[in-house]
Amino acid sequence: MTTSSEDVLLSVGGVRYKKGDGTLYVMAQRLAWMLENRDTVAVSHKYADIKTQKISPVGKPKVQLQVVLHDGTCSTFHFVNAAGADAQAKDRDQVKMLLQNLLPKFKRQIDGELEMKSRLLSLHPTLKHLYEDLVISKVINSEEYWNTPTLKTYTESNNIKQEAGVSGAFLADIQPQTDGCNGLKYNLTQDIIDAIFKTYPAVRKKHIDYVPNKMTEAEFWTKFFQSHYFHRDRIASSSSKDLFGECAKMDDQAIASAMKHTTLDLTVDLPQFTENIPMLPTEEDCAPERDRGDNASIHRNMIKRFNQHSIMVLKASHKTNSSNNNNNSSNKTTNNNKVVENGVKESNGVGEKRPAEESAEQPDKKKRILEKLHYEDLEDRPGNEEAQELKLSKIERYLLGPSSQSHQTHTQTNNPPPLSALASICQAWSSGQQCQRPVRVSAGACVGALGELSPGGALMRHHHAASMAQLIPPDVKSELHRIYLSGGELLRELWRCFPQPGAAADTEDTSARAEKFYEALLRFRNVKLRPFEEKMLRDLTPLATTLTRHMNQMIDTACSKYAVWQQRQAKLR
Amino acid sequence: MKLTVDGLLVYFPYDYIYPEQYAYMLELKRALDAKGHGLLEMPSGTGKTISLLSLIVAYMIHNPHHVRKLIYCSRTVPEIEKVLEELKNLIKYYEKCQGEKPSITGVVLTSRKNLCIHPEVSREREGKLVDGKCHSLTASYIRDRHESDNSVPICQFYEGFNREGKESMLPYGVYTIDDMKQYGADRNWCPYFLSRFAIIHAEIVVYSYHYLLDPKIAEVVSKEMHREAVVVFDEAHNIDNVCIDSLSVKVTRRTIDRSTMALQQLEKTVAQIREADAARLTVEYEQMVEGLRQAAVQRETDAVLGNPILPDDVLNEVVPGNIRNAEHFLSFLKRFIEYIKTRLRIQHVVQESPAGFLKDVQARVCIERKPLRFCATRLSSLMKTLEIPDPSNFASLTLITHLATLVSTYTKGFTIIIEPFDDKTPTVSNPILHFSCMDSSIAMRPVFARFQSVIITSGTLSPLDMYPKILDFNPVIMSSFTMTLARPCILPMIVSKGSDQVAISSKYETREDVAVIRNYGQLLVEISASVPDGVVCFFTSYLYLESVVGAWYDQGVVASLQRHKLLFIETQDSAETSFALINYIKACESGRGAVLLSVARGKVSEGVDFDHHLGRAVLMFGIPYVFTQSRILKARLDYLRDQFQIRENDFLTFDAMRHAAQCVGRALRGKTDYGIMIFADKRFSRADKRTKLPRWIQEHLKDSLCNLSTEEAVQICKRWLRQMAQPFTREDQLGVSLLTLAQLQSEEQQEKIEKQVIQK
Repeated sequence: MTTSSEDVLLSVGGVRYKKGDGTLYVMAQRLAWMLENRDTVAVSHKYADIKTQKISPVGKPKVQLQVVLHDGTCSTFHFVNAAGADAQAKDRDQVKMLLQNLLPKFKRQIDGELEMKSRLLSLHPTLKHLYEDLVISKVINSEEYWNTPTLKTYTESNNIKQEAGVSGAFLADIQPQTDGCNGLKYNLTQDIIDAIFKTYPAVRKKHIDYVPNKMTEAEFWTKFFQSHYFHRDRIASSSSKDLFGECAKMDDQAIASAMKHTTLDLTVDLPQFTENIPMLPTEEDCAPERDRGDNASIHRNMIKRFNQHSIMVLKASHKTNSSNNNNNSSNKTTNNNKVVENGVKESNGVGEKRPAEESAEQPDKKKRILEKLHYEDLEDRPGNEEAQELKLSKIERYLLGPSSQSHQTHTQTNNPPPLSALASICQAWSSGQQCQRPVRVSAGACVGALGELSPGGALMRHHHAASMAQLIPPDVKSELHRIYLSGGELLRELWRCFPQPGAAADTEDTSARAEKFYEALLRFRNVKLRPFEEKMLRDLTPLATTLTRHMNQMIDTACSKYAVWQQRQAKLR
Repeated sequence: MKLTVDGLLVYFPYDYIYPEQYAYMLELKRALDAKGHGLLEMPSGTGKTISLLSLIVAYMIHNPHHVRKLIYCSRTVPEIEKVLEELKNLIKYYEKCQGEKPSITGVVLTSRKNLCIHPEVSREREGKLVDGKCHSLTASYIRDRHESDNSVPICQFYEGFNREGKESMLPYGVYTIDDMKQYGADRNWCPYFLSRFAIIHAEIVVYSYHYLLDPKIAEVVSKEMHREAVVVFDEAHNIDNVCIDSLSVKVTRRTIDRSTMALQQLEKTVAQIREADAARLTVEYEQMVEGLRQAAVQRETDAVLGNPILPDDVLNEVVPGNIRNAEHFLSFLKRFIEYIKTRLRIQHVVQESPAGFLKDVQARVCIERKPLRFCATRLSSLMKTLEIPDPSNFASLTLITHLATLVSTYTKGFTIIIEPFDDKTPTVSNPILHFSCMDSSIAMRPVFARFQSVIITSGTLSPLDMYPKILDFNPVIMSSFTMTLARPCILPMIVSKGSDQVAISSKYETREDVAVIRNYGQLLVEISASVPDGVVCFFTSYLYLESVVGAWYDQGVVASLQRHKLLFIETQDSAETSFALINYIKACESGRGAVLLSVARGKVSEGVDFDHHLGRAVLMFGIPYVFTQSRILKARLDYLRDQFQIRENDFLTFDAMRHAAQCVGRALRGKTDYGIMIFADKRFSRADKRTKLPRWIQEHLKDSLCNLSTEEAVQICKRWLRQMAQPFTREDQLGVSLLTLAQLQSEEQQEKIEKQVIQK
């Protein structure tokens, strides 16, 4: 492993490592140590692997430096320069300083993933519990853990962050406070700054241009709050002093160009609404530029600003969405074009020279008109007929889930079909009512009966789901919750491995996976569930068995399903 | 479903029908049977259009000799497109039921801008430019010139149409604007002229009001329509204003400047031609002498604008001698323009009658009445002779000649007002001459006289009895329909005071009051905090909107508004407003919710629907009275009082209430929709205002909702919204507000429907 080509930044002689004297090399990529008079490097740690370095306190007799790696192991170097303690310390400090500079460079790039994971675990306590239960107790390994879909949703959804929109009133929410001596104080948070930047790209540009080269952050914002740009009721001063004079112009331009490029929906395209009389001057021609009084122009400007503000806020919050939908929309437009090409046939000899955009909008236009004049209540919805009816041969199975089937093979008598039971009860009630209708119970008795039947009443003494919640101590409850969480995760994974009807899954892979999770499930039962049950037997005798019954039942079901599946697999082979 | 309406088999392209639709058809049929005119009000969103179309089409099929044609006039282009799509649906349904297309053609006519398929011309965005360019490619003399000189560009589509298009009829079916363009593109025919040609024979014509009401266009376009036609004016609540506008002229200093320039250009051209080709002018002169003007084959492409006066008033005489000669005519015009220029140079407001004006013209510049009457036709004849390639440059001059013709033709029902400056800015000189029509019946009368049945319909026509008066006609039916509802899907409320019990009103004396503005603001903030999605507010005028927004900003109302929803505001620039609107829709659709501040009588209130989530609440801040200080209005009020015995206040209230109803009605489009309507003005609760609201709103405006404070209103809103949020299925509606065929035929239901119709 003597990669000779690497730069040696520093070599320090007289370093003892595991009772052998040698030389410590600080190289570009790694920290290496070589035994005296040997060619081979005995110790080599990449900087990326090193988590931290530690040094011995000043007063100690031994001058040492320890590097701790990410996997928990560490190497200790003992500086034994013959020149004495001072020289030893000097050597060590040299190495320390150098490492101090080098390590951060390597740290980040490698640790990104790990950091993200650990952050995720610390952010979500449930994930952490899951991790503790499943990985640390060695039910499944870490990689499997991170690949479960639950985790994936966490890790992936975090990558595509959903950006928060901008509040419409963020500018108004910056409320100035008087500081008592004729000044105003504006409180600016990072959120508000973000909102301003997002909504007003022109301000962001200014910020990039001016901060920190020409002025400080604080100065910049002071100027911002002083500008007419912020105070909309002030008239734009044309003086070049105002930093944000340009911004307003830039905004105007941006809006104007947006206006030009949006194809207006026909229902709001006001200029196209009316048909003018040909050959006569229209309103706009006649009316000369309106002379604007000062007062009116302030208001007019302000109105324009409000519109712009709303439009820009809307745009800021749409930006992220639009980038996501990009694929969709591009597909759609191509579709449209195609439709038009088919729709507008080339006329004989005359090339169709209408602007493409215009024809592209036509199907949309038509759709829009139809939408406008559609009376949904006058028409029979065709959707009704098209929807497929769900035909069930065994309704019970649909209602109870597939587990009932496997149960029936084992314990047929265990659960009487609850639906029919309910039906029979209902029948009993109703028939009873029919024959005894005239005899009515008095209101007082009714209330009494209701009271007895409510939780805590005489008839509700037996432990019941509701009362059970009250009986279990909170710590047991949370433990049970955790068991459910991790057990559920494993169960879901296992169920996912079974082939779904219709989906042609590659069986090799899934069966291997299924086996793995099956074993994990068994392990989970032994490592987590059994101890819990035992503990419960000791502490909460009356409830012990009932608490985990359902969990056990679920695991049994999954296992039996697995067994059946295995048998079938074996037969097929 | 197929239903029988008073013995007539009507195909209705839906499986269910609203009771009021049936009632509407019943009434409509009565009008058609009686060959008379009708006035029908039915709430918006109850399928007025489809009821109209189904019944009239059925009637036409069964009584082909009584009704030969349906002329459907609507106001805006989107409305027209909607009508066409509905018609298409109907015809499709006929086809499905009968196995073959009914022999009916439906065509649309709209401006060249919307129909042109010429690769270059159609690229123009402005209607005026398209018209001008089209004219310069299709005018008859250009085409003549093309015969001799191939390099003169012409429009291949027009040529194609001219060659082949006139022999064949359009196949049966309904042609929307896009269909028309497609049909034209397939055959290499010009869709515009194809439409112009097709409307003469088509059974159903859909176009805009102007094509029938404005004499300038009607003469060119709608001259050859049969008498046996049914004319429908949809969304007709503003029809009187359309009539008035079509006969009014406004002249500013700019108009004068432009027409002077145009006149100079004409003089130059005349001089050139006099040198080069004097014969042409002589021929024209000869024609004038003989009065052959009418006899000359008028090519359709040449006639851009007809006479601005009504056909009955056009003199069938030869052009008077003093303007037959081109140079004489131009100097005549010059004198007239100079005269108007001097009239505009005034310091105080002048109001006079056309007769007084004519007398003054006579006295000052010696222009008689008779030649003035011929001004418009004389100018168009001259322009044709001179072969002006693009007449759109002469728009202002045309306007002046229209003024001349109108002022000398009509002495009654018109007024001339010259204002030296805008009342708001008395220091800035901006003289305007208004030649204003005061009598909406003048433009309407020939339509009533010419066609067998004219149906005026809208969602908001109340009070109905006003229309026969101001339009001067005698309807055979006049009915208002309400909306049968299975749940109270509108919540009209009158908020008369703020939380601090200060009365709110846009009355002139109090509208600038801080307390009133603050209370308005508070109301809006509270509503926007409790109502989901879109909220639309209407102010009485732009000015008021501006000042209120300014005050709200200072009071922090805007900030608290922005905390709940995004804020959009209508401006006077319609392109900007369109952009704001589309963003408003986006905001509503993304679930953010938005508030739109808009103006009654503005473009938004007239043409944009805020259905479903786009408008869950509409607030009307104040009563939208028309600007009462306007002299034109005053003149009109005086005229109405003298001629029709309509009291000023009655008319003003009528006008304000129809606009208020129009604004709040924007929120409701159909029975599955729901919306809050808040009238925020104390004065709304007075009986004279309240009773002028359409019946379908009045019915839900209970007494308990008529004098609310802001808090009370918000509480009621919250409760109501919770109720509306419950699922609403067809089963809830069936039998009450929605009927199957069987239910419709039941006797009980029939009786109920009979009762519903309120005859006035």
